[in-house]
Amino acid sequence: MVLSVNDVTVTIDRPRRTAVHPVRGVSLSLKAGETLALVGESGCGKSMTCLALAGLLPNRAAIASGTLVLDGTDLGTLSPRDARDLRRRKMASVFQDATGGLNPVRSIGWQVAQAVRMRGGATRHAAQQEAVRLLGRVGLPDPERRAREFPHQFSGGMNQRAMIALAIAGNPKLLIADEATTALDVTLQAQILELIADLRRALGMGVLFVTHDLGLVAQHADSVAVMYAGRIVERASTDSLFANPRHPYTQGLLAALPDAMGASARLASIDGTVPPIDALPAGCAFAPRCVRASAICTSTVPDTVRGLACHHPGPRVRPAVPAMQKEYS
Amino acid sequence: MRWFAIKSLRAFVTLWLVVTFVFFVLRLSGDPTMILLPDDTDAATRSFYRALWGLDRPIWDQYLRYVAGLMQGDFGISFRNNMDAFQLVRDRVPKTALLGWTALSIALVLGIPLGILAALYRDSWIDRVVMGLAVFGFSMPNFFLGILLILIFSLQLRWLPSSGSDTWWHLIMPAFTLGTGFAAQIARYTRSSMIDVLAKPYMRTARSTGAGPARRVISHALPNAAVPVVTILGFQIGQLLGWAVVTETVFAWPGIGRLLTTAVATRDLAVVQCIMILLAITMIAANMFVDFLYGWLDPRVRVGAGARTA
Amino acid sequence: MTALLRATGLRKSYATGRAGLFRPSARFNAVDGVTLHIKPGETLGVVGESGCGKSTLSRLVLGLAQADAGEILFDGAPLPRADTDDWRRMRIRMQLVHQNAAGALDPRLPVRAQVEEALRIHKRAPERAARALSDVGLPPAMAARYPHEMSGGQLQRVVIARALALDPDLLVLDEPVSALDVSIQAQIVNLIRDLQAARGLAYLFVSHDVAVVRHVADRIAVMYLGRVVEEGPTAAFRTGALHPYTRALLDAVPVPDPGCRGGAVPRIGDPPNPAAPPPGCRFHPRCPFAVHRCRAEPPVLREFAARHHAACHRIEEIA
Repeated sequence: MVLSVNDVTVTIDRPRRTAVHPVRGVSLSLKAGETLALVGESGCGKSMTCLALAGLLPNRAAIASGTLVLDGTDLGTLSPRDARDLRRRKMASVFQDATGGLNPVRSIGWQVAQAVRMRGGATRHAAQQEAVRLLGRVGLPDPERRAREFPHQFSGGMNQRAMIALAIAGNPKLLIADEATTALDVTLQAQILELIADLRRALGMGVLFVTHDLGLVAQHADSVAVMYAGRIVERASTDSLFANPRHPYTQGLLAALPDAMGASARLASIDGTVPPIDALPAGCAFAPRCVRASAICTSTVPDTVRGLACHHPGPRVRPAVPAMQKEYS
Repeated sequence: MRWFAIKSLRAFVTLWLVVTFVFFVLRLSGDPTMILLPDDTDAATRSFYRALWGLDRPIWDQYLRYVAGLMQGDFGISFRNNMDAFQLVRDRVPKTALLGWTALSIALVLGIPLGILAALYRDSWIDRVVMGLAVFGFSMPNFFLGILLILIFSLQLRWLPSSGSDTWWHLIMPAFTLGTGFAAQIARYTRSSMIDVLAKPYMRTARSTGAGPARRVISHALPNAAVPVVTILGFQIGQLLGWAVVTETVFAWPGIGRLLTTAVATRDLAVVQCIMILLAITMIAANMFVDFLYGWLDPRVRVGAGARTA
Repeated sequence: MTALLRATGLRKSYATGRAGLFRPSARFNAVDGVTLHIKPGETLGVVGESGCGKSTLSRLVLGLAQADAGEILFDGAPLPRADTDDWRRMRIRMQLVHQNAAGALDPRLPVRAQVEEALRIHKRAPERAARALSDVGLPPAMAARYPHEMSGGQLQRVVIARALALDPDLLVLDEPVSALDVSIQAQIVNLIRDLQAARGLAYLFVSHDVAVVRHVADRIAVMYLGRVVEEGPTAAFRTGALHPYTRALLDAVPVPDPGCRGGAVPRIGDPPNPAAPPPGCRFHPRCPFAVHRCRAEPPVLREFAARHHAACHRIEEIA
């Protein structure tokens, strides 16, 4: 296992208010060379999970409980400095906003070379050469010249390539791609994802692929974890999740997608909205929107059994199309 | 090169406007012979001096002669002691330059690290202490701080001389008086610009590559945070010169500031004009230097590197 | 049937960079010769990637930006100049809904008051606000809320209600669901379609999301760097797109079915800087079929099947 996450909870302390838990009891595992998709809608906790894994949590947030094992070493047993060292050698992250993620006053080559030196301790000159090689590896044309340019001179796609070059410096075992292609045009997105897949095969990395786009999950992931309101509600191989979704939320998400071929049927929507993180309902957080909810759902949090956290698992039922006014009740 | 040519042209136009403005304003402010000559001077003597100094000619004629003189490096004669005005001013330049540079260095050496510290430990006691000092340093009037220092260190403790410029000891109090206000301003700007930068996504990128805190601050954050601070610095050079006049007077520092005070009081037109031109040149040069620094720090405003290349 | 909206040869350019003393600034053609029409009750989907000019196009259609060239006819009459009384009268009949619903609303007023205000400005009875809000599926209790008390989907409903209260003929929807999560997006897409069915509205639906546009539009126009490269009935975009760019765009849309993996990922490289579009066919540097002619001569829209147009020199050869 490159990564195994056991029952991790992230807490954010808020001045003069109760703490909130954007990530609650999350467990994941990822093998070398595999892609695991973490999928969910905005505010579900998927980005906070990534930040916790990468050791990049904001000031007031912290991992309150659970264990993180990175390439065989439990990060909890290490001093903060050793944990940072291990992370820097073993893992890297690529985020959504590549242009903002690059330093505007430093050349692209400088930034990649810095990452090379941080991860491998090469000399300045060797790091520069390695940076140019990496920029070429991620498909930047004329990397020698491009390395001397600055982020504002690049397109969004080129900046994302540069970010990937920066991430793969020092051959990490784990790459976290947090909505890495969301801001890109669709024709570019496909190419960037293909680049990541190619690097994963070549370097034997595990890829934690965080996205809201189920289409990308179907195309690129080996297995999937679906998150809702801070918890993983369903975990399965990609094939079985799409063929046989068991959690009502997963079923709802899949049904809500516009169908490429099916003409003009109504989309099946999930009624209501995601509950705010500081006002989660007791029991299953999805219960207020769930077509199958019963008394137990509103009182007891369901345990995760064979990758599923639901009191009423079952095959997909297409809910009757509700009248418009009823969609908000 | 083109950039430099445009800048120089602009600087020249600015300078000419300053010269013209100062020339006319000073001549509108009254007759110098009324102040320079004793009250009981008779009219004939007055007109003799007016003719001697060329004040009886039409104002346009005076202006053209003055500008023509400037072109040849002639700044006119001091009415007060008949010396070459430029010579008078030039003798004072080193003292003021020494004071200004020392004050500026103190401001930078104190202000930038304190600002960074306050930003890094935002909302902690360190931040509160630094910002408290900054408010104090900024709101304390210059002359008051100067007098306070004299009271404490010269009259009470008798550690430092209160006036003059003979030794290095003489420099300490004026330089601190002039420097603290700027240190306070620079600390505040550094802090707010640093806080801005620390929240930027690229700082998270630096952290994710495993760069330690010191490296993140010095090589990733500081070059960004310096950009707005440098911009402010350009404006502050002017302020520094203004405050130098007050400080020099308080400490009897024989610099341009004191010369200016006496020259203004006595309507010594040639000297005032010469100082004004010198100040304008200093300001213009400072701002050109800041523009240059700005381009050096931030590639987005660098000439020829502004455009997207793909 | 006559068109509700007909735009012919629209052009709009913006200055890029600073002008010198004797040198005009470089200009970039955001919209470069676009012709389109929308019939009453019809949805025209405009799809394209960033920099293709689709948002500029929607602003031109509403008269929010003045076209450099070209003509816009709304209900047979030319669009009056912006900010005139005639324009304001016409604007009641064409309303805008864009991506940023929160930005389109005043944070200091309850949402119902905002709908009423829009009605009052156009001298309509403010009582219609309640009806409009319930038409978009917001319960009466929610009408008294402030924008910050509502979710993104609910805010988008308010914006739609405000537009609908004026009883327009045309709604310009500029990325109306792009900022929303999938489950909420489905609610709004359904709402938009139901409203059209109930009221016979015409839509100009602008989006980067091919899947959503394909779901809601009757006809689709594909834009690339300021030009329409293909236009036709939606069904044509399910079976066989003509233009190489459209094909790449459709191929790039990830299919939510692991069974369809390994489909041809279009390898067309990075898009060029929209401020400096290539000559000839603007797609030629990324086009796998480009020949010399494509580099030199811009292709015009030609009809290949019934009402199905594309702008490409080589469609006959590559079909």
